Amino acid sequence: MSAERLDVDALLDDPSTRIVVCCGAGGVGKTTTAAALGLRAAERGRRTVVITVDPARRLAQSMGLASLDDTPRPVPLPEGATGSMHAMMLDMKRTFDQVVEEHADPERARQILANPFYQTLSTSFSGTQEYMAMEKLGQLRQSGEWDLIVVDTPPSRSALDFLDAPKRLGRFLDGRLVRFLSAPAPSGAFRLLGAGVGLVTSILGKVLGTQLLNDLRAFVTAFDTVFGGFQERAERTYRLLQAPGTAFVVVAAPETDALREASYFMRRLATDAMPLAGLVINRTHPLPEGAGSALDADTASASADALAAAGEHPETVAALRLHADLVRTHLRERELRDRSTADHREVPVVEVPALPEDVHDLDGLRGIGRALAGG
Amino acid sequence: MSEHEHGPREPGRTCAGARLHIVTGKGGTGKTTVAAALARALASDGGRVLLVEVEGRQGVSTLFGVPPLPYEEREIDSVPGGGSVFALAADAEAALMEYLEMFYGIRRAGQALTRLGAVDFATTIAPGLRDVLLTGKATEAVRRREGGRRRPEGPFRYDAVVMDAPPTGRIGRFLNVNSEVAGLARVGPIRNHADRVMEVIRSERTRVHFVSLLEEMPAQETRDGIAEISDLGLRVGMVVVNMVRPSLLSEAGLAAAAAGEIDLEALATGLKAARLDDADALSVSLAREVTAHALRVRLERRVRGELADTGAPMLDLPLVEGGVGRAALEALTRRMIEQGVRL
Repeated sequence: MSAERLDVDALLDDPSTRIVVCCGAGGVGKTTTAAALGLRAAERGRRTVVITVDPARRLAQSMGLASLDDTPRPVPLPEGATGSMHAMMLDMKRTFDQVVEEHADPERARQILANPFYQTLSTSFSGTQEYMAMEKLGQLRQSGEWDLIVVDTPPSRSALDFLDAPKRLGRFLDGRLVRFLSAPAPSGAFRLLGAGVGLVTSILGKVLGTQLLNDLRAFVTAFDTVFGGFQERAERTYRLLQAPGTAFVVVAAPETDALREASYFMRRLATDAMPLAGLVINRTHPLPEGAGSALDADTASASADALAAAGEHPETVAALRLHADLVRTHLRERELRDRSTADHREVPVVEVPALPEDVHDLDGLRGIGRALAGG
Repeated sequence: MSEHEHGPREPGRTCAGARLHIVTGKGGTGKTTVAAALARALASDGGRVLLVEVEGRQGVSTLFGVPPLPYEEREIDSVPGGGSVFALAADAEAALMEYLEMFYGIRRAGQALTRLGAVDFATTIAPGLRDVLLTGKATEAVRRREGGRRRPEGPFRYDAVVMDAPPTGRIGRFLNVNSEVAGLARVGPIRNHADRVMEVIRSERTRVHFVSLLEEMPAQETRDGIAEISDLGLRVGMVVVNMVRPSLLSEAGLAAAAAGEIDLEALATGLKAARLDDADALSVSLAREVTAHALRVRLERRVRGELADTGAPMLDLPLVEGGVGRAALEALTRRMIEQGVRL
């Protein structure tokens, strides 16, 4: 029935764990989970860096940082901490620019950076954020400065986008369309397309407009000589995620949509042989500790009704009704969890109880970390 | 602002006269449910309302308990009063093909474009193209008249269109298709199409509604989203406060509980009167629950105040126990009508 418990401390303490990727649907507390895992690892002695994507201001502040930027900033830990924690926020345009500058001679780099199509590509193409998150991950991993990197994944339409978008973008940049559009004259290869090249070109011209075609051609000419294997680059970082030392933590909330998304994602990880460490369910409502855990919802409701009918003890009536609500919520969440995880019984799970307030400081984050570790 | 003149009791009156309703909210706030209840409420006077889903999640069909929706407008519900709700799961690829056929008569070229990767590019990679295809489908339905383009004075096909839009974090970009697409195409056919879409989105007969919970993160996103939408020159409609739970405690009880000053003895006496076992231990356990509840109520009030500061009219919907089904949807629809939602 109940799955094995995710042993967060064992995961974080294991020196062979080098990358932890937190993924899941939007609004489930992914970023908070990533920060809490990073902090816990740091306080247990590891040199940790957390990459987040567009965190809430309050979360940055809770780590004692006014804001986050593209450079890993040290998070002030209390004295006596054996490890260290840095936090940073992904800046996809800067990361992309760096990749260009690193691989192109200055003149060519300037051409690329100034191209209108590149500017759109680097700021708003869907997939760029995921691609650059992977790129950054690769960079941090190579730098050797950290022994644990915790990644918070971008808020996409689907959690799967983190795995798929980089490849999709790489495929596009390396693909036939780009070559087709950039070729000044149609080459023989495109006869295979099954429609007259002239027809397709004329349609694309009509639909896209000549200005876009020209920008794209200029971009591809400059870009292609620099890279070539854009798709290969995406695949290399993808392999990094399959390598030993990477652990995926899927994050969900006790809601149908979030759990369904988590379930899709876990299935996908299994298909792609990606190492899944476990499932975190945030904001759950456990039964109260103490004698209350034995009082079921129906008894509590019936007792409240009886007291209310007699017009007695209004505060006890309220307390009993609250309790009945809580127990019903708990049971509903448990049923939802069991149903959604039925296909993933072997996946370890940990639940983090809902807090009355959001996390505001390092202490709050530490509290989440403790809950993650089951304490 | 005119919304304030109607007072807080009828927040739904901001909907009067609007033809396009865009519903957004942070993930997990119940956006799809609210959009569905809004569509039903708008249809309650006998109108014809189209509910458009753009995220490809088939949330609407799940909610109404009907088979997955095809790319086709289809009646899914009739509302007491003679109105009807139609639904459409808008799909970027199908919209692209339709668009190519409608404007260029080149549906047959679709296969070649697919093989080239052009369709993949337009529907999943290019910024804004996907969005303009999806919003384009919804705005086309807003403009559509009976009798088609040959009868420009004919009655509108739909009295209102409700869009279950992307979450608040992406809503500004999603709706600002013009500037999104501008990066790719400053002139040309794509730009012209985007301009037509933007005209409807900017119209004074369009409202962007935000769904929030009385929790810090969704409320913060709602406030950021409202600021962003206003800056874009779009019209903010209501803030729908979803899953509202009544407080079971009196004001005095709340204050005491939040301060951790619960009269354990009185609680235990009550539990004994109810003939429950182990009343003393139980009172300690329940007191902790009451304190947590009181703290939450206090936070909810603060969050409500912050949402009210946006100036947008606020419409409350209750938490429905046991998940959203048919009956719950009807109850939520009624609550919307009671709070002034109509065409």
